[in-house]
Amino acid sequence: MSTIVLLLITGLGLGALYFLVASGLSLIYGLMGVLNFAHGSFLTLGAFAGWEVARRLGADSWGIFGLALVVGAAVGAAFAALTELLLVRRLYERHIEQVLVTVGLALATVALFEGTWGSDPEFIEGPAWLRSTTDVAGAPIPNDRFLAIGAAVLVLVGIVLFLRYTRFGLIIRAGVENRAMVTALGIDVRKAFTLVFAVGGAAAGLGGVLASQYFGYVSPHLGAHLLIFAFIVTVIGGLGSLTGAAVAAVLVAVLQQFANYYWGVGDLVVVLLLALVLLVRPSGLLGRSA
Amino acid sequence: MTEPILRVRNLRATVAGQQVVEDVTFDVPATGVTAVLGRNGVGKTSTLKALLGLYDRTGEVTLAGERIDRLSTDRIVRRGVGYVPEDREVFAGLTVAENLRLAERDASPRRELVADLFPDLVKRSAQRAGTLSGGQQQMVSLARALLNDNRLLLVDEPTKGLAPKIVTEVATALAEAAASAPVLLVEQNLEVISRLATTVVVIDAGRVVHTGDAAELLDDPDRIQRLLGVHTSENAA
Ligand SMILES: Nc1ncnc2c1ncn2[C@@H]1O[C@H](COP(=O)(O)OP(=O)(O)O)[C@@H](O)[C@H]1O
Ligand SMILES: [Mg+2]
Repeated sequence: MSTIVLLLITGLGLGALYFLVASGLSLIYGLMGVLNFAHGSFLTLGAFAGWEVARRLGADSWGIFGLALVVGAAVGAAFAALTELLLVRRLYERHIEQVLVTVGLALATVALFEGTWGSDPEFIEGPAWLRSTTDVAGAPIPNDRFLAIGAAVLVLVGIVLFLRYTRFGLIIRAGVENRAMVTALGIDVRKAFTLVFAVGGAAAGLGGVLASQYFGYVSPHLGAHLLIFAFIVTVIGGLGSLTGAAVAAVLVAVLQQFANYYWGVGDLVVVLLLALVLLVRPSGLLGRSA
Repeated sequence: MTEPILRVRNLRATVAGQQVVEDVTFDVPATGVTAVLGRNGVGKTSTLKALLGLYDRTGEVTLAGERIDRLSTDRIVRRGVGYVPEDREVFAGLTVAENLRLAERDASPRRELVADLFPDLVKRSAQRAGTLSGGQQQMVSLARALLNDNRLLLVDEPTKGLAPKIVTEVATALAEAAASAPVLLVEQNLEVISRLATTVVVIDAGRVVHTGDAAELLDDPDRIQRLLGVHTSENAA
């Protein structure tokens, strides 16, 4: 029983990290049709930014950890917004070129991160509470799991409220359905593009700081690793569907944890799940068909 | 004769590498309804989309004296062009109220006018547009354009697929709209055209093959037969 609880909550924590990456991927794809392979780099840079804050100002205080989260999110948002303005925008509607440029950016930035911070993982510290555990039904749960879950829930609620109650949110929801018609109502939809990149980058940057707590280290390859699973989550959830991404993130991560623990085949099970969904429901769990 | 609101010269458009508008030249007078006629697939919709910059285009398009053929779609629309697309293109996942709110460009949108024209929409403001009937969706689509003060309305087959009673309602709304702004109207229903149109432009194979007075053309069944392949005695659709 306690093993199951541990696997479940650890899975939820991992799912939270997947969601923080997948939410941005899904919004960006939904609105602009861009598969953003540079999204992992937003996360990695956010993670290093948070790590630098902790390293310089002291790792064990909650205040500084909070600051690290904010800086990680801000750096992720800025990096993402610049990526949209300087690279993706120029390739509007040219999807192959967009993929190439984001893949190129991902490769180049990983090399840059290695040059700056070295290619070995840097072990991180944080507030003492995050390093200890809390008992849930007899299972000792590492506290960073709760933090990741809480943060992902807040991000989900925040994005949902933003989409539902702001004018930009309205433009984004309409644009996901029919971008041409949004411009035909006199709206410059490109502003929404930059904003969606920034929001996605902020979630990824925040995810970077939390992921480094979850895994216990920060490395130039942190983002690329999570990106693979976030893409799978996005496809399973349905490209462009935020709720789909949330549901699929939990499903994929929990399944992965259980399969890893009992049979050591977590990644294989995820790929099989992906294949199954593509066969049975090619548009994803909550994706729109056509 | 006053200056036309829209001057179109040698408009060509391509989509997916295919030329869909060959060479279109016509004027839209500053008042009244100009009907665009032509068989299915001759390029009427593509002409409207090219005017709006939704399709890649070349040629000269002048709105109230200003060249708009290099502007982006959103800029053209903000110059005062309302667009009611073929097949309505309402945002199915958004509510009626959200569809309308999204369309509001002006500081003081004409919400009362729209509420008067389409009282049904007020009742259904919280309903998702995707769950509306075709006629109701057409009203949302028209309302989106009529909310703003436009210098020109581009309306594409607003009565397509609608029941006769709804066709009358839509025609009434269009007549009302035409009182405040000139309309370029693609329409197949000859009764609607005879009720609304003052001028006609006939397109065939991506080119203009006839322009002139609407009543004159409607009085000439042979010519209609030749240009459009329809008989006036049958209700053309
Ligand atoms: N988005 C598109 N993709 C491919 N072909 C198109 C597209 N839009 C229009 N066409 C083609 O252009 C021609 C003119 O179409 P259209 O302008 O819709 O005609 P109409 O409105 O007069 O019925 C047709 O042959 C149609 O198949
Ligand atoms: Mg058409």
